[in-house]
Amino acid sequence: MNTETQIDKRLARNQRWKARQRYFKDSYTLWRRNHLMVVGTTIIILLLLIALSAPLLATHNPLDQILSDRLLPPTWEHFFGTDSLGRDIFSRVVHGARVTLTIALLVALISTPVGLIIGVLAGYFGGAVDEILMRLSDVFLAFPKLILAIAFAAALGPGVENAIIAIAVANWPSYARLARAETLAVRDNDYIQVIRSMGASNLRIMVGHITPMCLSSIIVRLSLDMGTIILTAAGLGFLGLGAQPPTPEWGLMVSDGRLYLVDQWWVSTLPGFAILIVVMGFNLMGDGIRDILDPHQRQS
Amino acid sequence: MLLKDTPVTTDKLLSVQDLRVHFHTLRGIVHALEGVSFHLNRQETLGLAGETGCGKSVTARSVLRLIDPPGRIVSGRIIFEDRDILTLDDTAVRAIRGGEISMIMQEPKMSLNPVIRVGDQVAEALLIHDTSLNRSSARTQAEEMLTQMGIPEAHRTSRRYPHELSGGMAQRIMIAMMLVTRPKLLIADEPTSALDVTIQAQILALMDKLVQDIRTSVLMITHDLGVMAETCDRVAVMYAGNIVEMGAVRSVLKDPQHPYTQGLLKTVPDKANPDHPLYAIKGNVPSLLQPQNHCRFSDRCEYAMARCSREIPPVYQMTDDHEAACFLHDGQSISSGGKQVDLMNP
Repeated sequence: MNTETQIDKRLARNQRWKARQRYFKDSYTLWRRNHLMVVGTTIIILLLLIALSAPLLATHNPLDQILSDRLLPPTWEHFFGTDSLGRDIFSRVVHGARVTLTIALLVALISTPVGLIIGVLAGYFGGAVDEILMRLSDVFLAFPKLILAIAFAAALGPGVENAIIAIAVANWPSYARLARAETLAVRDNDYIQVIRSMGASNLRIMVGHITPMCLSSIIVRLSLDMGTIILTAAGLGFLGLGAQPPTPEWGLMVSDGRLYLVDQWWVSTLPGFAILIVVMGFNLMGDGIRDILDPHQRQS
Repeated sequence: MLLKDTPVTTDKLLSVQDLRVHFHTLRGIVHALEGVSFHLNRQETLGLAGETGCGKSVTARSVLRLIDPPGRIVSGRIIFEDRDILTLDDTAVRAIRGGEISMIMQEPKMSLNPVIRVGDQVAEALLIHDTSLNRSSARTQAEEMLTQMGIPEAHRTSRRYPHELSGGMAQRIMIAMMLVTRPKLLIADEPTSALDVTIQAQILALMDKLVQDIRTSVLMITHDLGVMAETCDRVAVMYAGNIVEMGAVRSVLKDPQHPYTQGLLKTVPDKANPDHPLYAIKGNVPSLLQPQNHCRFSDRCEYAMARCSREIPPVYQMTDDHEAACFLHDGQSISSGGKQVDLMNP
C-alpha cells in the first residue's frame, strides 16, 4: 500500500513536470512566432541589462559638469554629445534607464493592487458599494491621464516620489474598471454559488476565487499601459513636475535641450529616441503577452 | 434497492414552517413559495418532487438562506435542530453552510472552480470550517475522502483540474467536497440529472453508502420518480409553490391521493405496454404572479369542483404519514378517522 502510494505520487509528479514543460514549450513557440514580440522583449531585456549595469556602461559620471565641453556634438569621446552644462549625454541616458524603470515599476506596484481591490469590491458587492466606487473612478476617468497626473504632481510638489504617486493616482481607475467587469462575469458562476453554499466568507471568495480570475487581464492591461506610464513620467519631467535636476531623467533631458533644438539637435533628440524605443518595446511586448495568455491561441 | 422501510428514528432534524419566498421582478412579484411546510427526521431521506419551476430548488436554497435579490424570504420558520436559520446572524449561518448542511448542485462540472485542482477544492471545504487545520493535512484528508468515494489513484486525481474529469467523476468530487465535513444534512439538488443513465445508478449507490456511513439526513430534489422510489424514505410532491402531497414513499407512489401526484405517476412510460401513448397532464403551469387564492392545480385537474377555484385547500391527513392538500379528501378524511390539520394557514 505504502509503496503503491509512493509510485502513485511519483507518477503524479512526473506528469505534472511534463505538463509544465509542455506549457513552457507552447509559450516559447507562440513567442517565437510573433516577431514583433521578439523585438519588444529584446528591447525590454536590453533596457533591464542597461539599467542594471549603468555604472559599467557609462563612459562619464552623469553629473559631472565640464563647462568648457558644453554642447559638443556626438564624437567617439562623447557618443551622444554633451548638454548645455557639458555633461555626457550617453552616460545620462544610460543612468536615466534606472530612473525610468523605477518609476514604471513603482507605479505598476501601486496602481494595480489598488485598482484590483476597488474593482473586485465594486463588482462583488454591487449596489451602493458599486455606485460609490465606480462614480469615484468616473471622476478620475473624466480627465485625460496626463492632465490628472500634472494636477496631482503640481499639488504634491515636484519630485520623483510625488510623480510616481501622481501617475499611480491617475492610473488606478482603468484597472478598477477592468477588475469590476471580470468580477461581474465570474461572480454568477455556479462554482461561486457552491463555495458560498459551503460557508465561505465574502473575503475568502474574493481573494481565493475571484481575484485570480481577474489577474490575467490586469497583467495584459498593465503591460500595454507601461508605455503610457513612461510617457507620462517623461512628460512630467519635461514640465519640471517630475524628476528634478540634476537627476538624469529622460523627459527632463528633452526639456533641457529644447532651447538648442535647431543648432544642437542631439541634446533633446537622443534622450527622446530612448523614450521612443522603450515605449515601443513595452507596447510590442504587451501585445504579445496578450496573445500568449489567450487560451484560444494555444488551441491552434 | 427497492422501497425502503420506515425510518429508524423520528427525531426531527429540520422543520420548515409556512415558508414564503417572493421574487420581485419587473413584471411583478413572483410568489415562488406560498407557505411550504415539511419536516425531515434524522437519518431520513426526504424526496422533493415536482416539475421544473415548482419551487424545489428555491426551497432547498432557502434552507441555506441562499436566496439572493430580487428574491426574498417573506415569512416562515426554518428550524434546524433548535435554531431558526432565518433569524441567525451571518456568521452563524456561514458555520451551518457546508459544516452542518451541505448542498450538491445539478451541474457537477459547472460547480467546480475551473482553475483550482479538485483535491484543493475538497480540502478548502475543510479549511473553511476548521481554521486550525493546515493545508497539507486538509489535502491528506481530502485524498482519503476521494479514496472512500471509489476514485482510483486518488492522489493523482486530486491534482487534476475539473476539465480533465468526466461528469461522473466530477460529481464524485462534488459529493466528496460536500460530505468531507460530515454534515448532518445533505441537500442534493438533482444530483444525477446531468449524468449518463449508466453513471446515475453508480452515483446514487455511492451517495447512499456514504450517507449511511456518516449518518446524514438527505433532502433529495428530483423530478425522476424512479430515483425517488429507490432512494427516499418519504416524499413531498410540489406544485406551483405548494407541497400538494407528502408521505411515506411507498404509500405516495402506490396510492397517490392528490390528482397532481396521480397525473405525475401516469406520465411514467409503461414498460409492459410500449405502444401505449405517453400520458401528459393537460394545461400549463399557472403564472405565479398572482398571490394564491385558490387551488393552483384546479385549472388542470379533472376532478375540479367549484370551491377549488375559490378556496385554498387545507392539508388533509390521510394516515399518520400521508397527507394531501385537496378538497377531494374533505369528507373522506373525517370518515376514515384521520385528523385534519390546516398547515397552509396555521
